[in-house]
Amino acid sequence: MAMRRVKIFSLFERFWHWAQMLLIVVLLFTGFGLHGFHGLFSFEDAVTLHTGAAMALLVLWAFGTFWLFTTRSWRHFIPTIHGMWGVFRYYSFGIFRGERHPYRKAYWRKHNPLQALAYTMLKLVLFPAIWISGLIYLFYFSWRNLPHAPEYLQGVAFVHTAAAFAILTFAFIHVYMLTTGHSFRDHVMPMVTGFDDVDLTPEEEAYLRKDQPEDIR
Amino acid sequence: MRPHGDSWAKPPFPNAGADARRRAGACIALLVALLLLPPLLAGAEAGSWPTPPATAEPPPQVSGPLRGGTADHTKFKELQGPFESGPEVTRACLGCHTETGKHFMRNIHWTWSYQNPDTGQQLGKKYLINNFCTNSRGNEGMCAQCHAGYGWKDEHFDFTDETNIDCLVCHETTGTYYKTPNSEGSPACSVMFEGKPPIDLAAAAQSVDLPQRANCGACHFNGGGGDNVKHGDLSSALKAPPRTLDVHMGVDGLNFACSACHVTNQHVWAGSRYKVVSKDTEGTGLPGQRTDVATCESCHGLAPHPVDSLAAFKLNDHVQSVACQTCHIPAFARGGVATVVDWDWRTAGRTRDGEGYHEEGYIQGNGEHRYTYKSIKGDFTYAENLVPDYAWFDGQMVYTTIETKFDPAAESIDINGFTGSREDARSRIWPFKRMHTWQPYDKGNGTLVYTHLWGEDDAAYWGNYDMGAAIAKGMADFGLDYSGEYGFIETISWWPITHMVAPKEEALACGDCHTPDGSRLASVAGVYIPGRDRNAWLDTIGTILAFGTLAGILIHGLVRFFSSKGEHH
Repeated sequence: MAMRRVKIFSLFERFWHWAQMLLIVVLLFTGFGLHGFHGLFSFEDAVTLHTGAAMALLVLWAFGTFWLFTTRSWRHFIPTIHGMWGVFRYYSFGIFRGERHPYRKAYWRKHNPLQALAYTMLKLVLFPAIWISGLIYLFYFSWRNLPHAPEYLQGVAFVHTAAAFAILTFAFIHVYMLTTGHSFRDHVMPMVTGFDDVDLTPEEEAYLRKDQPEDIR
Repeated sequence: MRPHGDSWAKPPFPNAGADARRRAGACIALLVALLLLPPLLAGAEAGSWPTPPATAEPPPQVSGPLRGGTADHTKFKELQGPFESGPEVTRACLGCHTETGKHFMRNIHWTWSYQNPDTGQQLGKKYLINNFCTNSRGNEGMCAQCHAGYGWKDEHFDFTDETNIDCLVCHETTGTYYKTPNSEGSPACSVMFEGKPPIDLAAAAQSVDLPQRANCGACHFNGGGGDNVKHGDLSSALKAPPRTLDVHMGVDGLNFACSACHVTNQHVWAGSRYKVVSKDTEGTGLPGQRTDVATCESCHGLAPHPVDSLAAFKLNDHVQSVACQTCHIPAFARGGVATVVDWDWRTAGRTRDGEGYHEEGYIQGNGEHRYTYKSIKGDFTYAENLVPDYAWFDGQMVYTTIETKFDPAAESIDINGFTGSREDARSRIWPFKRMHTWQPYDKGNGTLVYTHLWGEDDAAYWGNYDMGAAIAKGMADFGLDYSGEYGFIETISWWPITHMVAPKEEALACGDCHTPDGSRLASVAGVYIPGRDRNAWLDTIGTILAFGTLAGILIHGLVRFFSSKGEHH
């Protein structure tokens, strides 16, 4: 096993990440504006931005999901207990003693177990909760004549708002995590350049050197 | 009819809206289930196919609106005069317009009577009590100045005599025609109508045209006893309004006459306050159709906002819940003419040296002074540029009539309450003027009363100022039970606002309703309005979660910063 600089985030994945970040920031800002928490935009502008950003994000997610499955990258997100305790212990204690992060990126495991679990929950619970409730919300006027539609709308709005609070909380933690372990910059740069330190098996390294030399430095 | 090009009706707006709605429907269907799409679209078109079979007797052809005219009335020898009286002019009119008398006698301007087909309630000015001058019944000598006929002063008026129709009040355009009370009344009042110039009836007869705003306005702008007193959205400011006051009637814009929207078929007009079309689900219809409604949708369609933005798309969705008037009439009693919002009959009857008097205490936007007290009527409160009240409305007004019994101790009585709710498919959120009045009622029986206001006798309130005597006679004249004990009760009447449509750039913005503070729809129940409504628990928990996390991060970061000093890798 050897640490090498390997390209672990493809161009599409990086575009996905940063576009998603931008759209989610827009959605959070405009969404909490619509909710009445601030008045930085007029309601009309906020609705336009919010809906436009949501549609763009849905398209992005459609491509992202397609990409995850066609490239087999979805396997990075399979939950695992292996190494979880070490990571958990690190964030609880080790981090305060200046210990080194226990997790080493592997070529087919680029997230630590806690990270993988968090992202999986985000993808499978929070994101679907917000986009499904959002679409139902958006198309209220197509189902408004159902009995008790206003009560349902209220429920949909609560799910949507609750998911928004949860995603905001996730975003806070996500950004804070970048400051742990290595420097902030070390965490952000892989998502910019695509390259990070990865623990490669000799076979993986040999494969990359021969077949994908541009992906290894 | 003189050649005339200004009055027109039913402009053929392109019906882009229906297409947009169909597209929207398709989008939703796609999202739900692609497979369901073909049957859905097929279903949408099922109503108009197949073409109904031809009947043996084809219905009369639907002609376009009257435009241009085909005759010059100044050339008619029948109209050269001289005319001694109004009915003589009417006889001349009916000489050519042979069927008009029969047509006209069916309409509410003549009958002052309307029976609601759904509730069976006997309505109409002839019977109703309002909370302005209260009742025309028994006071026709004064009130029937606004009857489209000649000489209605008591129960003996002949409603079957065509020559009693007043053609001129609606059709003459010289502006010199006027009406005076049909009976003399008390000298205290009749003095108001003395010294008017004689009317040149021949000139008036030759000037006839389709009714102008001033014709309709002679009565409709003065409902309740003065300019804009009653409706709030119908004032003399609409005789020659700028586009900013009413985008349809504006002289610098479309210059619509009333009948451009209140389309007419054989002297019966579309648009009724007794039975309002609160939600039009038919839209423009086919060319030449929809001559029976005065709804916005009958011209603008069911998707009136051009879909050039996401906001416009959402606005078209709102059409299902929100009446056009709610956003497009941001305020009423605009244009410098105030409306009365509060009337107190309790203070009526004060005299100075035995004579009635009045006081001016309000200067309205156009600089005119308005009476704030009259001995014959009591105190008035005026308001201008008013924000309407908003409520779900299904178009059905329920009147408190002379026959309605109520609890004499009731806090207030709705003169014309209305129904409507979010759950009702016909209801939409409408704007209203709310009129509040203290008015006399029968305290013993718990009913409203007919008050005898106008007359030459000793009981007429106007001139004698004895409310008890006026009520006793007002009730006795129609064989109505009166306990002999009157009091004053608070009454509310509701006036759907539908005129004074502002240009679109002055319409309400989304944030006027979708806001937690000061929402226009703050009092509208039964619906979740994003921005207005929230769950306090959810917001509290969510805020604690998000900011608690931030605080946790801060603490975690500080502990890291201090504990790992000097040991960094």
